[in-house]
Amino acid sequence: MTTVPQTTSPPAQTGDRSFPWMRVLLWLAIAFTVIFSLAPVLWQVLTSFKTNAAITQTPVVYLPGLDQLTFSHYLDLFRLNQFHIYMFNSALVAIVSTVLCLALGSPAAYALARLRIPGEQILLAIVLVVTLFPYILLFLGLLEVVRAFGLANNYLALIIPYTAINLPLTILVMRSFFQQLPRDLEDSARVDGYNTVQMLWRIVLPMTLPALVTTGILAFIFAWNEYLFALTFMSREGMKTIPVAAAQLGGTTLFDVPYGPLAAATVVGTLPLVLLVLFFQRRIVQGLTSGSVKG
Amino acid sequence: MTRDYIRERQQRTGWLLVAPALVLLLLVYAFPILRAFWLSFFTENLSTNLEPVFSGLDNYAQLVQDGRFWQSMRNTAVFTVLTLIFELGLGLIIALSLDQAFRGRGLVRTVAILPWALPTALIALAWRWIFNTEFGVWNDILLRLQLIASPVNWLGDPFWAMVAVIAADVWKTTSFVAILLLAGLQSISQDLYEAHALDGASPWQSFRQITLPLIAPQIVIAMLFRFAQSFGIFDLIQVMTGGGPGGATEMVSIYIYAAVMRYLDFGYGAALVTVTFLVLVAIVGLTWLYLARLRAKTE
Repeated sequence: MTTVPQTTSPPAQTGDRSFPWMRVLLWLAIAFTVIFSLAPVLWQVLTSFKTNAAITQTPVVYLPGLDQLTFSHYLDLFRLNQFHIYMFNSALVAIVSTVLCLALGSPAAYALARLRIPGEQILLAIVLVVTLFPYILLFLGLLEVVRAFGLANNYLALIIPYTAINLPLTILVMRSFFQQLPRDLEDSARVDGYNTVQMLWRIVLPMTLPALVTTGILAFIFAWNEYLFALTFMSREGMKTIPVAAAQLGGTTLFDVPYGPLAAATVVGTLPLVLLVLFFQRRIVQGLTSGSVKG
Repeated sequence: MTRDYIRERQQRTGWLLVAPALVLLLLVYAFPILRAFWLSFFTENLSTNLEPVFSGLDNYAQLVQDGRFWQSMRNTAVFTVLTLIFELGLGLIIALSLDQAFRGRGLVRTVAILPWALPTALIALAWRWIFNTEFGVWNDILLRLQLIASPVNWLGDPFWAMVAVIAADVWKTTSFVAILLLAGLQSISQDLYEAHALDGASPWQSFRQITLPLIAPQIVIAMLFRFAQSFGIFDLIQVMTGGGPGGATEMVSIYIYAAVMRYLDFGYGAALVTVTFLVLVAIVGLTWLYLARLRAKTE
């Protein structure tokens, strides 16, 4: 694996002896970081397991008793609201667009890293600049494309833009990866008579797997989380993705907000990403810093 | 001869490898922007039966006098500046602490990037619930600490609604800033600090004189990306407040979406897209120029 090495700095010993308060400060900052990052999520998890009575009790219940806990909000999501369908839609769109993005982006990244094609600098500049475009600038034009090709309520209406919005990141991350690959391998493959495409497929691709996984995770996250295009191009209930479906969960009246199911929907929709972060934290950080990108 | 031939063939392969990605980028990025620019010279709304009718600069004339547009621009500016300041401050604190050695650092790093990875629309739901007037946990905490006497209607008050969406956005994106800054911190050699400490520098002095200048590039990159995303913020606002109350949190993106999807005013929506795009490009471009000049001066 020739991915970016994770440097670990040695302990800050200068602070330890002469400034014991530096250590206290550090632990305060760490405690802040953990509480800051987790509290809103944990609150949502707790809410999702509380009964309606416990949810609307004041003052707020922080430690619900057993009789104040329920699993019914989750059951409601799947029985009353077809959340399995939204999950399926989100997963399908995210996975297909991620695979497509890697398939289109890595060859382009290789060409930009190694083949010295004319106009290379301009291409790279374009790739860098478009990562700055907010999606709101694109949705009007894309809406026309979707209409012109009759793609509304078709998975392609999301797969195509999701593939494209992840291409800049893929190209930047993969390019920096290819630049770190030893050139000798490719040279000897050429001596053995491989042409560029054969060499990419048989020699370079197998070595690229770790970088592909890193990039793929990021692309999947962006696709799973996208809201604007999903909101605009998918109006039919059976085609909606998780973020849109969850945001549109509503009661029958303004005063009948389904707090429990809303919290459960948030948990269900974020769970796949929480798992990704738990298992691939280092890869995500690597990808973000080497592709450096958007927030 | 053969060398030229090989080189030419390599270039042709290179272009073939780049072409599919390039076509897709042009379709999804270049076409919509150019199309919006073109359409902004037409009136296309319910009064024209959604047919484009050329109307010159009418849309732009309307835009200049459109109080709602200027209000949304002001809101966007306030939101962007404040979120960037808080994200940089908090991101720096988190990055600095994650750069130290301590037990369980891997776990804390995992926890710290969590907010960034979660879907914004769902996070907006979570924050809407936290800021709920009657049952929200934030009011409960403040009441228990006796910081407020009665529940605050966070999302129903123009001022507090802006505070609430800023807080939610800061929560969501600080980790992104922290990740980028941490990468910068990790690339600084420890020897520098040791030498500096031997010279009698305090930690604060080393922070000012070593850390900040050396992570300046990461700060600039993080802020640039955050600026563009904050400026075009949509999902968080749409789900949390819908731009309300009374337009108090209506950002440019929310207005654009309403112009197109609710009022079906495609021509005017296109003009809004064009102007927003130009403002974004101008600010990024000016920052770029300023940085280039700054760098030229220091060299």
